[in-house]
Amino acid sequence: MTIQFNDETFREDYSFKNSPWAIKRFPFPFDKDDYMYSVNMEPHRGGREGSVFQNRFDVDEHYVSEMRDRALVLDNDPLRCQSLPHMTLAGWDLLELIMVAKSEDYPDLFELHRDGNRWRWVNKPMGIDDTFTFLDEATLPYGPMEYITRQAQGDWAVLDQRDDNLWMDAGMITTQADWSLDFDIGMNFFEWHAPVPLAHEKGIFVRALKFLLNIQQGAPARRLNWTMTVNPLLDTSPENYHKWGIQKTTLTPENIGAKQHLRVELQTFYRLPRSNAMVFPIRCYLCAFQDLMTVPKWGRRLHRVIRDLPEELATYKGFIDNRPMMIDYLSQFDDGLPTSPGIWPDLDTEPQLQK
Amino acid sequence: MSGAEKIAVRVTEITPVNDLITRFRFERTDGGPMPMFSGGAHTVVEMKDGDVTRLNPYSLMSDPMDQSAYTISVRRDDEGRGGSLFLHNKVAVGDEMVISYPVNLFPLDLRAKKHLFFAGGIGITPFLSQIKQMERTGGKWELHFAARNPGLAAYADTLTAQYPHHVHVYYDDDNQRIALESLLDGQPLGTHIYVCGPKGMIDWVRNTAADLGWPREAVHHEEFLAPKPGKPFEVKLAISNKVVQVGEHESLLEAIERAGVDAPYLCRGGACGQCETDVIDYDGTFIHRDHWLEEDEHASGKKIMPCVSRFEGKTLVLDR
Repeated sequence: MTIQFNDETFREDYSFKNSPWAIKRFPFPFDKDDYMYSVNMEPHRGGREGSVFQNRFDVDEHYVSEMRDRALVLDNDPLRCQSLPHMTLAGWDLLELIMVAKSEDYPDLFELHRDGNRWRWVNKPMGIDDTFTFLDEATLPYGPMEYITRQAQGDWAVLDQRDDNLWMDAGMITTQADWSLDFDIGMNFFEWHAPVPLAHEKGIFVRALKFLLNIQQGAPARRLNWTMTVNPLLDTSPENYHKWGIQKTTLTPENIGAKQHLRVELQTFYRLPRSNAMVFPIRCYLCAFQDLMTVPKWGRRLHRVIRDLPEELATYKGFIDNRPMMIDYLSQFDDGLPTSPGIWPDLDTEPQLQK
Repeated sequence: MSGAEKIAVRVTEITPVNDLITRFRFERTDGGPMPMFSGGAHTVVEMKDGDVTRLNPYSLMSDPMDQSAYTISVRRDDEGRGGSLFLHNKVAVGDEMVISYPVNLFPLDLRAKKHLFFAGGIGITPFLSQIKQMERTGGKWELHFAARNPGLAAYADTLTAQYPHHVHVYYDDDNQRIALESLLDGQPLGTHIYVCGPKGMIDWVRNTAADLGWPREAVHHEEFLAPKPGKPFEVKLAISNKVVQVGEHESLLEAIERAGVDAPYLCRGGACGQCETDVIDYDGTFIHRDHWLEEDEHASGKKIMPCVSRFEGKTLVLDR
């Protein structure tokens, strides 16, 4: 399948938009009408054809524009990409993982030619054709992790594993839901999750860590997480909160359908072979409320989830002030009919809105 | 499915190394490349010995970046339950077997300024792959290798020939002993210690390092336990509603699997924690042998690691 790449922005004029194809394959994160934290992990071994789960690293119509936005963020703030000295080998592991996956899953877009340690990498959408020596940093314009994650959508946390814990020792973080690599660098799993409410009491992080430490080569895992973002901003970082935080106050009943976006993270987890490190890709998908409402099942369900969400979670996810306006808007799309289980849109089987 | 991903392989070389140790080389039956791994990783080898299926972990000793094959070295244990005897006596070149993807419970800490390795006997194997990784990536390392005598010091010759300034070999029969205290005393800041060998050696190195004030995080060890034979006993599996007899030469985990119950596992050597199982009821005595549970957990009667631990008594009911 050939992808038509959008020419769009995630800042200033916000020309980002989802095509009907992108809306239908949006990873809607709610499999039932209410939401509470859970470890909710499953094996990451493909998924429904055309869905964001099908390939190891999904490439979609936003690819080229997202990479342009990442380059802008890095120009302004190079500390969004950091790698502690012992993580270079993990960076090479990651470079190999992404190059192999992309060239196998999207052979019309990416090519990898290997002759021993002499590698040639062709990225057609971004117009890149580089030849380099594997494991020789001097032959690439950036370190291996930075080089490849400037060409791969989503954020990339590279975690060292030692002392029965995971350590945030490298990453490329430019499309984050309000957390900072520069703040978290060097922290362990419990330290960087300290601000999350309710989950600690439920023992979620102890169980999640145990699961993650045991993820093995050849058996990656995945889960979905979500939050809310006003305007299609990829860079909702603490560093730039003064720029985007205030935009949450620009929401009105008239513009909420277009401005308010559900932000979903497809989080995957891979064991890296040479370094025994873990990589934690966090891929961000944005969808405007008005686009989500074109799927009747999602309209019904999103209203119920947002209405019934515990207050701590709405506060932590940063939309407690706007929640009443969201519920007013979303209630127009909830006729009280039951919804089918699971996250899929079920457009052919779910009834149209009955009001 | 429990355990790591599987790889179908063919045995392509069997090489006697000394009186007790034999090396096996595995290549993929489909001719494809083996997954890369990290130094210190092991694979779990499936052995179908008549009606019995054994799964034993062995450290990978080949170059982690050589994708043509994996090699392991197996020490024959004449007193054991038969896994090593099966490999030594019944496996031939050309046989097809199933092994697991690599799993590393003994990784290098790549922050270390220097890696100081202590090996005892067959405990040399994980260091062979770690040394190859260090040589590829330019890490600083030093090996102290103790064995009974030259005849049993597998790979000592090749190691000393290849790295004369890094490798120090000690023979028990010649009363040679690692001067551990002075050795640990002279290490540069940022050195990490790794020890693999018999339990007595592991305890000696860990305790000496602790007494000298080494941080716990800088001392790493690996000891795979083989499940030991023991008296037969009966176990009731509450969730699957089955009663299973555990035989003398069978581990509790193997008996559970034989009953068709898919129980989680990874290392099968009491180290990784994956097979941890809740005890619902018991009347008898546990024989705990794992390194995973804490002492108070062993004493509590509420948990057991079925890969290496056993039970003697009237009733044992597990949450499985």
